[in-house]
Amino acid sequence: MARFLALLFALCLCLPAIEARADDLTGLIEQLNTDDYAEKEAIVAKIAATGDARAAGALTAFRDGDLYSRKSDGKVFIARKAESGRDLLDPITGEFVENVGSRDARRIGVNNNLRRAIDSALGALTLLAKDPKVRRAAAASLFGSPDPEAIASLDQAIANERDEAILEAMMQARAASVLRSDLDTATKVEAVRILAEKGGRDVMSMLKRLPADAPPELRQAAVAAIGDIKDRLALWATAQNIYYGISLGSVLLMAAIGLAITFGVMGVINMAHGEMVMLGAYTTFVVQEVIRNHAPGLFDGSLALAIPLAFLVSGAVGVAIERGIIRYLYGRPLETLLATWGVSLVLQQAVRTIFGPTNQEVGNPSFMSGAVEIGAMTMTYNRIWIICFAFVVLAALMLVLRGTPLGLQMRAVTQNRRMAGAMGIRTDWVDAMTFGLGSGIAGIAGVALSQIDNVSPNLGQSYIVDSFMVVVFGGVGNLWGTLVGALTLGIANKFLEPFAGAVLAKILILVFIILFIQKRPRGLFALKGRAVES
Amino acid sequence: MKGFVFRAFDRGGMIFLGILLGVILLLGLSNQLLPASSPLHAPTYMVSLVGKYLTYALLALSVDLIWGYCGILSLGHGAFFALGGYAMGMHLMRQIGDRGVYGNPDLPDFMVFLNYDGLPWYWYGFDMFWFAMAMVVLVPGALAFVFGWFAFRSRVTGVYLSIITQAMTFALMLAFFRNNMGFGGNNGLTDFKDILGFDLQSDATRVGLLFASAAALALGFLICKSVTRSKYGKVIAAVRDAEARTRFLGYRVDRYKLAVFTLSACMAGVAGALYVPQVGIINPSEFAPAVSIEIVVWVAVGGRGTLYGAVIGAILVNYAKTYFTGTLPDVWLFALGGLFIGATLFLPKGLVGAARALWERRTGRRDPGKPALGPAPAE
Repeated sequence: MARFLALLFALCLCLPAIEARADDLTGLIEQLNTDDYAEKEAIVAKIAATGDARAAGALTAFRDGDLYSRKSDGKVFIARKAESGRDLLDPITGEFVENVGSRDARRIGVNNNLRRAIDSALGALTLLAKDPKVRRAAAASLFGSPDPEAIASLDQAIANERDEAILEAMMQARAASVLRSDLDTATKVEAVRILAEKGGRDVMSMLKRLPADAPPELRQAAVAAIGDIKDRLALWATAQNIYYGISLGSVLLMAAIGLAITFGVMGVINMAHGEMVMLGAYTTFVVQEVIRNHAPGLFDGSLALAIPLAFLVSGAVGVAIERGIIRYLYGRPLETLLATWGVSLVLQQAVRTIFGPTNQEVGNPSFMSGAVEIGAMTMTYNRIWIICFAFVVLAALMLVLRGTPLGLQMRAVTQNRRMAGAMGIRTDWVDAMTFGLGSGIAGIAGVALSQIDNVSPNLGQSYIVDSFMVVVFGGVGNLWGTLVGALTLGIANKFLEPFAGAVLAKILILVFIILFIQKRPRGLFALKGRAVES
Repeated sequence: MKGFVFRAFDRGGMIFLGILLGVILLLGLSNQLLPASSPLHAPTYMVSLVGKYLTYALLALSVDLIWGYCGILSLGHGAFFALGGYAMGMHLMRQIGDRGVYGNPDLPDFMVFLNYDGLPWYWYGFDMFWFAMAMVVLVPGALAFVFGWFAFRSRVTGVYLSIITQAMTFALMLAFFRNNMGFGGNNGLTDFKDILGFDLQSDATRVGLLFASAAALALGFLICKSVTRSKYGKVIAAVRDAEARTRFLGYRVDRYKLAVFTLSACMAGVAGALYVPQVGIINPSEFAPAVSIEIVVWVAVGGRGTLYGAVIGAILVNYAKTYFTGTLPDVWLFALGGLFIGATLFLPKGLVGAARALWERRTGRRDPGKPALGPAPAE
């Protein structure tokens, strides 16, 4: 019993201490119940100065106009609309206290000036939050709206911060605030240096807003920093252009790579190549529909399933075209062109009849959505995947050509059909397989393109001219040429676009290729030798 | 013997022309002279339709001249056709004067709409008929000359040439789709009122345009005939069959090709100029690569290397197109695709070639001196 009493006594001793701290905050919040806005602002600043994150709820409610005082005793609560009257919540714990009638509580007024003060107070409070994400966001928001008042709380936060990245963000926010403050010039010059390191457009406009009567030292530092940032931004813009160019180039590569086999290796003008791409895209659509209807959980795996299927579908159609039409037309490339154009019309109309003329919706798997930011450039995940995918397909194709019996036979038949035949190679079978391979790869390209383009019966048409340009520009019969051609055209296009606009850039590229072909009729990487001339 | 064969061939051409002109004359007269109640009256829509076919036939003729006789497969002739059409369209646009929706005497409606300050310089002169007619021929001709000069000089041949002609028309299509080109963007030029003072909507004007188209087709036919029958034409055929050999014999192959290519483009331009007033619109879709490739199939179906084959092909395929797109629109692309495949696989010399082969087998006659149809099979 005595022990219990001792404990009770001890507790009684401790309680005031705990109470006092809570009281401190509660007391401050209670004081908000005044009509004097200047006083309210001062109190908000005091609350911020406590650095007590528990005040965030009350302040947020205050800003949103949800802070009420109970008329009976003037106590302050967060109010929430209830079915009848209002629910009053404790401003610190957020616990329900009681329900009162609409007239029993009075809203504590707030104006825009006050809201700004609250925001900066919230920023300071959240700088000390436990959750690193909250701290980072707080630093970022302070950077966005710098406030000399916040320097003190920033200093406090910087002293406590352990995370390097957040520390840096806080330093930058502090530097931005310092620029706004009336601190001495040396501190400000130092702040300019920190900001210049960060770079970016927002910093540039921040530095440009320096008052006209700033000391010359500071002005100089700012001008130098602006120049520095401009240079870096230009560099990033170039990098971004190159990235976009590579991204476009990889799309062209995907579309053209199958053509590099059927046109480059076999010498067959396949005008239905674009439709092979389209078939691949529609295969993706069908696979996704089936998965959506029967196994929605597998959606992220839809592309893994679609790629081999698209290869098989387009490849099979390709073999059928070769066996049914093209084999009768070898050596007559112009006729092949017309016949395969006919095939392309039939395939387009078939797809239109089956699936309808409108765009079909093909979804991105979750791992392909979103974007990553590096410095001042943004890279979307689906583009990154397509770039990687295009290069993987190119590498795989090269392996097939160099390392498999089929590749060996393909090259043998291409170089000397009669001799290959005499050595026991079934040349017509190799023809069919080669054409099937080229078409199958077009189908795979369709899977990739379905992720960034509309899947419609016209999909193939929009790539066919470009694909031919890539192959012709790169040099027929040379996969490296196709790679270089696709990337060159893609990057050139993206660099021309800012000056000329998208359409004119494309026209300029086409004109350039037309002129280029005059100089090098066989393309960039022309094969040499007699076989080419025939 | 040889002379006899040529005269017989020539007689065929004359008979063909006679039938063509006779039919057109009857059609025009029955539309104009017979009352609408008469069973023999030709309705106006038919006059317009046939007039359109005739311009297509002239276009096919121009493709046949370079493909069938010189071996150049142009997949960009739609571009020359459309340029001629635009030249005519610009003239008709200027003829509207202040009768447009906005009533601006100088600027066509679309320019008022796009806030143009004044007429672009390249529109000057198109209010004069003779100037517009000169441009109809000169613009496609100049483009073909420049393009061909680059292409033939550096010996771009075969499929490469086909592909870059396609790229050329594709580039032009992109350009003409731009609103700030000053050609009406994707709406093109339309709302024409009259030509040389004649109301474009009246039946008499339509019959007049039909006669003009027939006359242009006949003239084009005669020009092609005289070109291909001349010594010049022999060289062109030699280029088609063995270009390297012809070059070794000392002929400037590129010049022959350039001349015939340019002539062909001028003819296509005239066809386009006659086409526009009859259909009442010209827009950038005429530049679409698919349109140019379709022209080639008209020639292939009719039979390349025979001038009347191209005409027959163009009229037949377009009649089929009108029929199918009217009754079974979905089937048309299947039919056209099948036509492409079937013509290349089963009718390598077209309907005319097939008919001639049938005739020779029936009569058991084959003149050794008769020139082969189309190009020699590839070696």
